[in-house]
Amino acid sequence: MITPAIPKSWYLPSKPHKFCPGCGHGIVLKALGEVIDELEIQDQTIFGCDIGCSLLSWNFFACDSTQTHHGRTTPVMVGIKRARPELITIGYMGDGGGYSIGSQHLLNSAVRNEKVTLILVNNTNYGMTGGQMAPTTLPGQKTETTPYGRDPEKTGYPTKGPEFIAELTPEGAYVARATVSKYKQLKRFLKNALRNQMEGNGFSFVEVLSTCPTNWRTNAQQTWHFLEDEMEPVFPVGELKSPFGKGGDK
Amino acid sequence: MALVRIALAGEGGQGVQSVAEILAEAAYNENKQAIYIPNFGLEQRGGVSIAFIQVSDSRIGAPKFNKADVVIAMSERAVGRTASYSDSNTLFVYDDGFDVDPADLPKEAKQIMGLPAINTANNELHPRVFNIIIMGAVIGLTNVVTFETAKEALEHKLGYKFEKNPDLRELNFKALEIGKQLAENALKEGVAK
Amino acid sequence: MLKVVDETKKAFLTGNETVAWAALAAGADIMFGYPITPQNEVMHYWTRLAPRYGRDFLQTEDEISAGFTVCGAVQAGKKAFTATAGPGNVLMQEPFGMAEAMRLPLFAIIQQRGGPSSGTVVYSQQEVALTTYGGNGEGYRIVYSTATHQEIYDYTIKGFNVAWKYRFPTFLLGDGYQAKMREPLEMYDPEEKGIKLEPTYPLVGLPGKIGEGREPQHLCNIYSLEEELYEVVMKLSADYERIAPDLVEWQEHSCEDADIIILTHGIVSRAADDAVKALRAQGIKAGYFRPITLRPYPSQQLREAIAKSGAKILLIAESSYGQFERLTKQEIYGETIKIEHLYMPGVGIVDYDIINKVKSVL
Repeated sequence: MITPAIPKSWYLPSKPHKFCPGCGHGIVLKALGEVIDELEIQDQTIFGCDIGCSLLSWNFFACDSTQTHHGRTTPVMVGIKRARPELITIGYMGDGGGYSIGSQHLLNSAVRNEKVTLILVNNTNYGMTGGQMAPTTLPGQKTETTPYGRDPEKTGYPTKGPEFIAELTPEGAYVARATVSKYKQLKRFLKNALRNQMEGNGFSFVEVLSTCPTNWRTNAQQTWHFLEDEMEPVFPVGELKSPFGKGGDK
Repeated sequence: MALVRIALAGEGGQGVQSVAEILAEAAYNENKQAIYIPNFGLEQRGGVSIAFIQVSDSRIGAPKFNKADVVIAMSERAVGRTASYSDSNTLFVYDDGFDVDPADLPKEAKQIMGLPAINTANNELHPRVFNIIIMGAVIGLTNVVTFETAKEALEHKLGYKFEKNPDLRELNFKALEIGKQLAENALKEGVAK
Repeated sequence: MLKVVDETKKAFLTGNETVAWAALAAGADIMFGYPITPQNEVMHYWTRLAPRYGRDFLQTEDEISAGFTVCGAVQAGKKAFTATAGPGNVLMQEPFGMAEAMRLPLFAIIQQRGGPSSGTVVYSQQEVALTTYGGNGEGYRIVYSTATHQEIYDYTIKGFNVAWKYRFPTFLLGDGYQAKMREPLEMYDPEEKGIKLEPTYPLVGLPGKIGEGREPQHLCNIYSLEEELYEVVMKLSADYERIAPDLVEWQEHSCEDADIIILTHGIVSRAADDAVKALRAQGIKAGYFRPITLRPYPSQQLREAIAKSGAKILLIAESSYGQFERLTKQEIYGETIKIEHLYMPGVGIVDYDIINKVKSVL
């Protein structure tokens, strides 16, 4: 029997955490904690979080952390990195903070190949504010601002973030999409993304498909079904760009 | 009627907000002034859920209050969280099935009462109507609305569920009645724990 | 247009839901919005109800866009509005400034939350400075600070009318408590009550053939020379000052013989009203004054109330650290009445808070 160990880089006084039951954030942050431990970068890591459910991670790690504003995690991480290149900056945000209000910063930082690592948790809605449509909401998906189902004619199709970031970034960038339903792969991608920053290669970006049973109003079975059978076909999982060569996904 | 201030608190999922809304709506249906406001913060789930209800014949002032006429704490955590709303005029109610740390109870209260709501729900009715027992208790303690109006408001809010399963209607109304009885008994006996 | 409210009827709603219904009743064509607590439910109700009445909605990529899309829609002659709070209000100062400069009939609902920065998602009165004088201009805005759901309904309808009649950006300044609480109100069709809905007209996309029926419209908000801007700003000021007396609204009572006047706005005024009644019952001569329009401020009326009463103290109570007091002081400069304050930034104020403060300063 394997007893899951709590990562050393986790901040124990803030546990148990405040994420909803069934939320994918806990899985991503566990993987990230293990990677920070394995790479031994706890003391150099600056963890930044956005507004929305990601803000609940502000005191999650035993690393220096800062909250920012909605969509502004990217520029704050860029500022820290530009001022102190020896620090490892990890920006943590949701699909709203990353692809909606923060898209301008994301695009421009990608074009500049900023040497930061951004982790974007995609659960197809704005969770903390009560379940409104997000850039990654699926066509036909009901949310609080698409009560009759998202109409792509009126509101566009789901944003494919890693795809356009892979296009925009020059060589040296690392771009991947993971999912909380494939933990080992998630860890591998997060590790590569941080290695990429540690080696000074360029922009590192990992989108992680995640769950939100609270706003999806799904039970456990329905939650996994939505993640694996509805989201994954729309948001293909894998490494889109990597200076380490295609290490193989799955 | 003069202003009545009620604070209901419990764990998320216990139905605190639902009961509070139904009560406030029942008061409104009686043409009274009523304000209901939930506490709300960052987390979507978890944390103690508190509802503030005020009922009066005349215009109500601030939507929240510092001291309540009735506090009902539906979970152990809720007891400590709401003790500060109690002063010498407050009826402070909690479930006597709890393991309450005396340090968590209010320093001042008109009467502190333990009601066997959870046990009654589990043993005589159904765990799901625990919050309706509490709703009955509020009525028993304050008469803030008539029993009839309360039933109508319940019907209005849960009618769609009753249509599918008529037994639920009887169950809920029974819970309301039992809650009212429990509270009235506790008042009479001056039961304190 | 399908009638939104057939006959006057009572309802028991939250403040946010009330905004949605009132905006429908006022004939709003389109809402642009972005999620931020505590105003989200305005969008939730609007998106559910709008299709029934042929109205439209877009969730934009952020608040800056929500503000500018409203600017565009009103330039095109449609009644558009948005709602926001806190940091969203900060972002919207850029489009609000454009609306001031270009005389656009923008209407926005602000549900104040704790500040600065992300503060709290709950409540405050800390967006007074931002909503009255935000942006990089002189604050040519009309701001209504509501205290009840009935006022939310009434002033949403009035807000659209005032915006389209006078063409200055107009705001309903609420807060998270008003947004989330439920209380009774009466919904009505404005025209049934004799309230004429102000007609709309476009600034761009005018009918007619250019050169043959009409000239092309050229709208700008930048000028080459300092002197040009001077003329523009002086004219804006003159226009604003001319209409201000017609717009000013306030409430007062018990001031005639008051020793102390309690000055509040928004939801705090309800606690102040209760406090004044309780103090009077105890033999303390307290008076009540409440600006409903924060812009334009009822300064003349407040000066008169102070003069008539001979009160020695003006007690200002607000859920902020002095924003309402600073606004008031600038408006009643020269008055020598002693000013006391009760600052509770981000925290609700109840009657006892005010009563205790009054007793401590008298």
